[in-house]
Amino acid sequence: MSVYPGQEGLRNPLKVARGLGSSRSGVRPWWLQRVTAVALVPLSIWFLFLMGGVLHADYPMVLAAIAQPVHAIFLIVFVVCLFWHGALGLQVVIEDYVHTRWLETTLQIALRFGALLGALAAVMAVLAVWLTGAAYYCAH
Amino acid sequence: MPNTRPLSPHLGIYRWRVNMLQSTLHRLTGLFLCLGTLLVTWGLIAAASSGAAWHVFAAFCGSWIGLVLLFLWTWSLLFHLCNGLQHLLRDMGVNFGPANRDRTHDPVYWSAGWAIVAISIVLTVLVWVLLLLQVGGGAA
Repeated sequence: MSVYPGQEGLRNPLKVARGLGSSRSGVRPWWLQRVTAVALVPLSIWFLFLMGGVLHADYPMVLAAIAQPVHAIFLIVFVVCLFWHGALGLQVVIEDYVHTRWLETTLQIALRFGALLGALAAVMAVLAVWLTGAAYYCAH
Repeated sequence: MPNTRPLSPHLGIYRWRVNMLQSTLHRLTGLFLCLGTLLVTWGLIAAASSGAAWHVFAAFCGSWIGLVLLFLWTWSLLFHLCNGLQHLLRDMGVNFGPANRDRTHDPVYWSAGWAIVAISIVLTVLVWVLLLLQVGGGAA
C-alpha cells in the first residue's frame, strides 16, 4: 500500500484528505454563473435596443426612458445580473492567474466589495430617476 | 516553499483547435465587458445626478475614443453572447464529448466555432449600420 502525503502511522487517508482539495464552496458559483448567463441573454438584447432608442435623445428624454416602470425594472434586473455574472467571471480569472496567496485573497475581497458597490450604485441611480420622475408627474 | 509536485502538460503539447480561439476570446471579451459594466453604471449615475453630468457622459460616448470603445463593446457583447449560448448548450450535453471533437463524427465542429466568430462580427456591423441609418434618417 502506497503512502499518501501527510499520512502518518495508522491514520486513514480519507481523514488526511478531508478539508483539502478543490471542493471548498462546491458547485454554487458555477451554477449561479449559468443562471445569470441565461437571464442576461434576453436582457442584454433588450438593453441593446434600449441603447439604440436613446442614442441621440436629450437629457429629459433619457430620464423619461429610464423612468418608464418596465424599463426601470428591467434595468435593475439587468445591472444586478451583469455585476453578479461579471464578478463570478473575474473571480475565476483571479483564481487562474494570481498564485500569490495574500494578493489573491485581497483581490477576491476587493472584487466582492467593488461588485456590490457598483451594483448598488447602479440600482440606486435607476430608482432615483424612476421615483423622482414619478414625483414630477404627480406634481404636474 | 517551492512546489515540487509534477506539473501537468500545458498549452504547448496540444494541436490547435478552434475552441482555443473561442475560449481565449470569451475570456478577453468577458474582461472587456466588465469595463463596460462601469460605463453603464457611470451613465445611470450621471442620469440620476444632473443634466451637466449627463452631458459629460454623452460627450465621452460621442467622442472618437468613445465610439471606438462602444463598437468594441458591441462586438464583445455579441461574441460573448453567441459563444455563451454554445457554452450553455454544451453544459446540457449537446454535441459534447470526445466523438464531437473528431472531424469524421462531427464535421461542423470547426465551422461552428468560426461561425460564432463570423456571426458576432456580422451582427455587430448590422447593429451599427442600423444605428447610423437611424441617425442619417433623422428618426431620433
